[in-house]
Amino acid sequence: MIAKQASRLTLFLLLAPAILWLGLLIVLPHVEILVLSFSERVAPRVYAFGFGNYLEFFTEPLYWRTFARTAFMSILVTALTLVLAFPIALYIARVAQGRLKAMLLLLCLLPFWVSELVRTLGWMILLRETGVISYALRSIGLAGQPVELLYNDGAVILGLVYGGLLFMIVPLANALESLEPAVVEAGYDLGGSRWTVLRRIVIPHAMPGIVAGCIIVFMLTVGNFATPVLLGGKNGLWFTEQIYAQFITRFNWPQGAAFGMLLLLLSSAIVWLGLRLTGQSLGTTLKQA
Amino acid sequence: MNRPSITWKLYIAAFYLFLFAPLLVVAIFAFNASLFPSPPWRGFTLEWFTGSGTVVGKPGVLADPIWLESIGNSFKVAIPVALLAVLLGTVNAWVLERAEFRGKTFVAMMMLWPLVIPGVVLGISILAFFSRVTNGLEDWLQTDLDFLRPGLPLVVLGQLSFILTIATLIIAARLRKFDRSLEEAAFDLGASRARVLRTVTLPFLSPALIGAGLVALLMSFENFNTTLMLVGSEAPLPIAMYGQMREGASPAINAVSLLLMLGVGGIASVFALTSKAER
Repeated sequence: MIAKQASRLTLFLLLAPAILWLGLLIVLPHVEILVLSFSERVAPRVYAFGFGNYLEFFTEPLYWRTFARTAFMSILVTALTLVLAFPIALYIARVAQGRLKAMLLLLCLLPFWVSELVRTLGWMILLRETGVISYALRSIGLAGQPVELLYNDGAVILGLVYGGLLFMIVPLANALESLEPAVVEAGYDLGGSRWTVLRRIVIPHAMPGIVAGCIIVFMLTVGNFATPVLLGGKNGLWFTEQIYAQFITRFNWPQGAAFGMLLLLLSSAIVWLGLRLTGQSLGTTLKQA
Repeated sequence: MNRPSITWKLYIAAFYLFLFAPLLVVAIFAFNASLFPSPPWRGFTLEWFTGSGTVVGKPGVLADPIWLESIGNSFKVAIPVALLAVLLGTVNAWVLERAEFRGKTFVAMMMLWPLVIPGVVLGISILAFFSRVTNGLEDWLQTDLDFLRPGLPLVVLGQLSFILTIATLIIAARLRKFDRSLEEAAFDLGASRARVLRTVTLPFLSPALIGAGLVALLMSFENFNTTLMLVGSEAPLPIAMYGQMREGASPAINAVSLLLMLGVGGIASVFALTSKAER
């Protein structure tokens, strides 16, 4: 009896940090913004339950357009990242051997250990009107005057794709690693062309990695703040910026909380959809990464 | 597929150039004797690191209180985050790997959850919740509880909310590989529970503990999204960099970035070495 009570106490003590962490830093804060998002100001310092914040989102074009734009561009960025990363991952996993392989993977990892702000600073120095590319174009005579490559959608997409690459390459390379060379060989022996083998054997095998990579890249992109704001300037228009503006600049917390819930919903919906369409589970997907 | 075509090889080369181009320009323009981090090249200088501003017009990193304070603030956040992440992560790993109870799958799922919440949402939810709690406590206790208002302690909590998941996963992965007969042998030889933990289990876990600590340190140093929402008047390094970048910074920001790259590179290589020792 005493032993049983003692083991119960041990279990409770072991669980206490997890309960405090998940309760105080995750669950209750989310309950708080959910409640906050349904409160409306009816008089100064007086709030009541209502759907006003969500209605405001649908009636104010700036808000829902920014939301739709963020969702659409994030999907585009994810697709571009996948296409760019696939040949690299295939090379690392299937072609490169020994030290070259280790080195290529390490070189991929290095830039991503460095802060996002540093990487964005690099792109700003390259792309801006007085920057390196503009200067190079002028000195070889391809441009007569300074070229502004910053503050447009192209720059935002470039920065976001750059930021997502690693998170695509690693799960892809992991998934491709386990593909048996004999299976690929058999595909060729049976008369398959390069394209057929890629489409019918390699890509289906890499599917868990593709799903994991796409989900992670999408989540990181949709939730990004610094890259679209710094590389897009006034044209950045990212939804996280709206959340920041409501919370910090305009001090309209209920509105900001509603935006936060919408972003969380978007992010979760796409993750769920991705898993559902491909029949994967979240646990195995996170393990891939 | 084993003989890569020349286009493929060229693509790989171009890719790595693309990967390193931004970092290279950041590093190079840290040494340019110009007021702005942009071409043309006006000569090599170390002023952006050590200068007091008399030569190039603005102070270098080591003479500028903005940078020194923000680096200090980053350490004030990163060290508690790393220590708490290792300590609590070890307990969590124990729950995941050793404890048996109903609802364990649920707890394990919940522990993964912070990773799929956007950092900005994590930030605002903690900001809103702690604001309510603090208001309630202040009314009740009739005192000021400023440490729960936006500021470095709240940043520590915000970063811990998701870094703890990573630390837990790293430590749990190591604990899973532990051969429990080693512990049993120690018990049979008459060792107490505390002694077994200290002399057998923890030494085995130590590479993962160091690794988790270093990863937590790095993630804390680099976190921007969650920190931005919870920061008060004392800005950690990424927040200070962001502010400077919006205003148009002097090459001192390149110098800070280069120092950061070297520091991160150092920590990452220690991590790579410890995880190699693990295998």
